[in-house]
Amino acid sequence: MKIGVLLKQVPDTETKIRIKSDASGIETDGIKYIVNPYDEFAVEEALKTKEKAGGGEVVVMSLGPARVVDVLRTGLAMGADRGIHIDDAGLSLDSFVTAKILANVAQKESFDLIFCGKQAIDDDASQVVQMVAEFLNISQVLLVEKFELGADKKSATVARRVGGGSKEVYTLEFPVILGADKGLNTPRYASLPGIMKAKTKPLAVLKATDLVGEAKPKTISVNFRLPPERKAGKILQGEPEQVVKELVKLLREEAKVI
Amino acid sequence: MSNILVIGEHTEGKVKKVTFELASKASELAAKLGGQAEVVFVGASPQNAAELGSYGAKKVYVLQNVKLEKYNTEGFTKVITDLIGETKPTVVLGTASPFGRDLCPRLAARLGAGLASDCTNLDIQDGKLLATRPLFSGKAFVDVKFESSLQMATSRPNSFVASVVAAGVSAEVVAKDSDPGNLRAVMKEIVKGQSDKVDLTEASKIVSGGRAMKAPENFKILQELADVIGATVGASRAAVDSGYAPHDMQVGQTGKVVNPNLYIACGISGAIQHLAGMRTSKVIVAINKDPEAPLFQKADYGIVGDLFQIVPLLTQEFKRALAE
Repeated sequence: MKIGVLLKQVPDTETKIRIKSDASGIETDGIKYIVNPYDEFAVEEALKTKEKAGGGEVVVMSLGPARVVDVLRTGLAMGADRGIHIDDAGLSLDSFVTAKILANVAQKESFDLIFCGKQAIDDDASQVVQMVAEFLNISQVLLVEKFELGADKKSATVARRVGGGSKEVYTLEFPVILGADKGLNTPRYASLPGIMKAKTKPLAVLKATDLVGEAKPKTISVNFRLPPERKAGKILQGEPEQVVKELVKLLREEAKVI
Repeated sequence: MSNILVIGEHTEGKVKKVTFELASKASELAAKLGGQAEVVFVGASPQNAAELGSYGAKKVYVLQNVKLEKYNTEGFTKVITDLIGETKPTVVLGTASPFGRDLCPRLAARLGAGLASDCTNLDIQDGKLLATRPLFSGKAFVDVKFESSLQMATSRPNSFVASVVAAGVSAEVVAKDSDPGNLRAVMKEIVKGQSDKVDLTEASKIVSGGRAMKAPENFKILQELADVIGATVGASRAAVDSGYAPHDMQVGQTGKVVNPNLYIACGISGAIQHLAGMRTSKVIVAINKDPEAPLFQKADYGIVGDLFQIVPLLTQEFKRALAE
């Protein structure tokens, strides 16, 4: 069984975002980078599936500059077998181009199963998984909170969250690509032996410019800015009955939201 | 002709509020393009589909087939792609719901269209869509411009107001039998949640509880307030992690991103990650015993007090005021 995992390196959730003076992007110096949190569920599910299947190979892949090797090493330290770094030097990327490149690599690998996070917490777009699915002509399920490998090891039953506490249950034949949501599993920590072993596991480097073909970005993001500042409003003073009366009046007459 | 096609959503036989919102917006944008707004539903025809006419949609297509009764990404992608091939809109819009966010990227990839997801504003600039969307869990915003000729976007629920532009006007409803071909990844079943209330992500009013709720049973007092004002109940991560509320009630960076007109936060301190999930709320009310709680710095109205005292009083006062 061959399982692929698409990893993205993103700024840490505590990062204070600073905008470049020309509004063309964010300032990146000093940013601490991490594995996209949703991708950790993907790696874990890939490893669990390989274990359940009694063998196979888990390959972690990431598109980005040299620093993304760190997320690949984390995946390898958790237990993945092989890593692929696709260096994005020289390319402008949007979801469409990113998906084309990843799909090209995945195509050559012929994965039975591809796990990803449901979205990356930097752009929050949640587009690449679906686009990779389309380019590979395979089925997709996003917001996966439960995955059960079929007895034939060529299929799975998957539950997807759809809001209001409801879930859709699918039976899927491989190959298929899945977008993991929080709650799918509890990602294992990389052990010290795991971290040591990771240093010698195979890590191939490919060039995105060799894999992009004719694809060009379909969208451009411009005018990066901070959100409008939310200022403190009024703290209502007085006895509970009074402040409650005042709040209801304000919400109805001033804010007009009820 | 530069038409805008809206991918509509329906539930229990009726058009969802998010589709009325998007139809109004599409109608406004289509006017700037010299075209018209149209809506498409896949599967059953909602009973009140024609009402979309009052909200600015000129036509409503219903793509029907027994194989389309349950959602199927590839099946829906195929039939909508076929419709787009016939009607040739220049802009296609959807809602950033689990459905829209699953379907639209696949459609965009198939059609070679640019896509901006989870947008909080849409406009036309130089004859093309200009979409505004948040990044980094709402810590930054960008505008998205399109290189592709077909432009697609999904918008966050409650970003636009459902406005009646032509009272009493009915849209032309056109039903078409649309065979999606053989389907893969067929849905076996839907396991319904206990909530028949409006989902947090689509709610226009939310009452949320934090760690100060102390026990799952205590959420009852928030539900009572929510019932009186027509809100959905949410929870902070701290409350969920403490076992006071299930994960699907979590509002925040690793939970749901909400966009209501009113957000009442009860016993929630206001960590950055919680703010990330509700920062676009039009009005924020903070109720907290701790006057130093960070959320007071972002709230429009604050009450320093014990939520167990304040919330029931609020419920009573709203009941009284709304009965007038």
